Amino acid sequence: MLPRDLNTERFNRYPPEARKLVTGYVLTLQALPLTFVPNLLREAIEYDFEFPTERKALEKELANLQSHSAVQQKEWFQGFAQITLSSELEQMDWVNSPAQFVERLSAHLWATHQLDAFRKAATEYAGRLHAAAPPEPPPVPRLGIAVIGQGVSTYDDPMFRKLRPHGGYFSNVKPEGGLRMLLDAVAARAEKTPISYGHWYVDGGEEAEHSSAITCVSYHALEPVRADLLRKMRTEIEKPGMGPETLRTLLAQMSPAGLGLGKSGDAVLDRFQMKILTEGSGTQIFSTIFAQWTAREALRRAQPCTLLVRFAPRQRQKPMNELLSDKRDETELDPLGSLIDADFGAYYNWINQQRLPGADQSSFLAWFENHGNAVAIGPSMPRGTESNKTTDLRELISWMT
Amino acid sequence: MGRIYKPAAANELSRNLASSRREFLRNAAGLTLGGAVLGSGAVARAAISSSKRKVVVITFGGGARDQETFAPEGQINIPHLMSELIPQSTFFTQVVNRGILGHYVATASLATGVYETINNFASLPPEHPTVFEYFRKDLKRPPSDAWVVAPSNGFNRIGESSHRSYGSGLGARVILPKHLLTAALSSGHSDYQHLLRDNYETPFYAPELGGSEVELHQLENILKLSVDDFKAHARTLSSPDELSVYVVRQLMRQEAPSLLWITMHDIDVAHAGAYSLYIDGIRRTDRLCAEVWKMIQSEVEYAGKTTLFILPDFGRDSDDDSGGNGFQHHRTGDAPSRTTWMMALGTGVRQGVVIDRPMESTDLVPTLGALLNFSPSLAQGKPIPELA
Repeated sequence: MLPRDLNTERFNRYPPEARKLVTGYVLTLQALPLTFVPNLLREAIEYDFEFPTERKALEKELANLQSHSAVQQKEWFQGFAQITLSSELEQMDWVNSPAQFVERLSAHLWATHQLDAFRKAATEYAGRLHAAAPPEPPPVPRLGIAVIGQGVSTYDDPMFRKLRPHGGYFSNVKPEGGLRMLLDAVAARAEKTPISYGHWYVDGGEEAEHSSAITCVSYHALEPVRADLLRKMRTEIEKPGMGPETLRTLLAQMSPAGLGLGKSGDAVLDRFQMKILTEGSGTQIFSTIFAQWTAREALRRAQPCTLLVRFAPRQRQKPMNELLSDKRDETELDPLGSLIDADFGAYYNWINQQRLPGADQSSFLAWFENHGNAVAIGPSMPRGTESNKTTDLRELISWMT
Repeated sequence: MGRIYKPAAANELSRNLASSRREFLRNAAGLTLGGAVLGSGAVARAAISSSKRKVVVITFGGGARDQETFAPEGQINIPHLMSELIPQSTFFTQVVNRGILGHYVATASLATGVYETINNFASLPPEHPTVFEYFRKDLKRPPSDAWVVAPSNGFNRIGESSHRSYGSGLGARVILPKHLLTAALSSGHSDYQHLLRDNYETPFYAPELGGSEVELHQLENILKLSVDDFKAHARTLSSPDELSVYVVRQLMRQEAPSLLWITMHDIDVAHAGAYSLYIDGIRRTDRLCAEVWKMIQSEVEYAGKTTLFILPDFGRDSDDDSGGNGFQHHRTGDAPSRTTWMMALGTGVRQGVVIDRPMESTDLVPTLGALLNFSPSLAQGKPIPELA
């Protein structure tokens, strides 16, 4: 099937709000190339479970496409139109399985050496869309916070090497009550600017007490879900004929309720958490990548005004000789390795925050938990500076925001 | 957001990467720029006849980025490459892989000189003749003269293509150390299933291979190791790549193949997203490459007549591409994920030379053909003039 064959009935299996949205744009979709439409539908089919920022962006994008003249249409999509597809792709049910189509499309682009052409077309499209329907700036300047190094008593190597050139490094921060100060700061921002999914707290371990105005995701709270997911994956893998593509398709078809989520009354957050575990690589096993990937996806999708990420020790990767020994140990933690993971993860959190609108006004704080080292980045913080002035995290945040 | 891509001025970015690598190496190791020595490899090689020459190729299934290796802040992770191997090598700063960035299919492309398009995760042979088939058919070499030591079950078909003019019976023998270990270990263990997982790209999937009889035959008859000795030694090693290098040592001593291809993959633990484990993998690979070089120099069958090639199959994603997640994967197809490097050292290779000119991954097989005097007629690449 090609986009020109679309009609409203094709979307009967979409969730109600997604169906209502998309069926209003069938004529628009009919005129677009197949290399583009499933990418759009991949987001549209999730509309009922998307964050407010995502929904607004999708609505603006569809409205923009609808407003195109024939000439504009050609200009915007000539790159996509030049990409050739296989008949197998054309015959897929890309309306109801757009994510699977996009995955197959990706493999096709790699195999036929058309990936660069697709990237070029997608880049040009993104640039045009950005100009025609610019993303909205946040209602308040963003604040990102990373807390790293939980469980490490001493660490002599340089920290925050990737972040320090972008802000001020503080070596004499009073650590007492530091985490509480940070959580209070997030809560204060949530109360002052109450936005749905606007203020987040991600914990790679067990979450600390926090305001109910904050959206919270934690590795510890998801432990039964992770265990269930791993069990299901192992069962599937042991079945004859199972391959990675089939496994990925099965993961894509999982529902929050099927994984024991869905009791919170927040379908959007449940689905978000399920995707972190079913789409993220390593998120089921290592808490450090769980925290970093959750932050990345929260920033990319929800675009929060405030995001506090607290990394926690992940399980230790045993070397081969230990795995081959008969000794049976309980799962051990690796605080030092986790500190290195988290130091880099904090850098990625900052990069991902800076990709969002309003980056020039955004601030970012990274702190070595229960220690005196922190780096503060923001428009008011001189870059590449160091200070040994005695301060605390509350004061640091007040200087930044 | 999900569909936004960064601009890809790929050629310019590849050139910048290469230029940076040259500067890093010039500053750190005092190497020279290589244009002036073009063609000198042939002169240096003349003393060794191609019939006696041996070639060892090490590829990494899981590239490492410059910022963790050759850039000033990364050099701490590769002390052996920097201080021991690079000064003895001709170093190519810009090896571009224009194919599919999956480890099996990319390694198959390296081994055929053609950008293969086979399913990365299926147990399929390459579609074009491999270097091993050209080598054995053209030079009439026995099966024991070409070996592959590969990390995972998915590589069990890498030694021999499905090409009708080559293929069956003309390829390399393939040894899979982890599969060997599986065969050697008694049942009852469950913990090591994690260790033996096949492929970091798909951490929960490993193609099934046939029974253990063949593996145990390899162990006892070819490597001359008892099952007990093999198990005991494995228990002293920290990683699968260390096991591979141990197997390589036995292979060099017992079979002394003229064409030996080793694929490592410890670095690819990066897919699990733990930066510290990725760094550990780089440091281990650095040490193991130096170990292989020392083995080459100390084994009588190899010393003085071997050329060693070391190259990652491709790179990893940059921090700058919003489509990826930095070091974790190689999915964006951006310039850092496609642009890697290669070093050649040993017989017939000028020392301390840096070549900036771009080459492609597919140039390796034609270069090996020129070195060993076989004709890889279906390969797409070109021989590298500084080596061929």
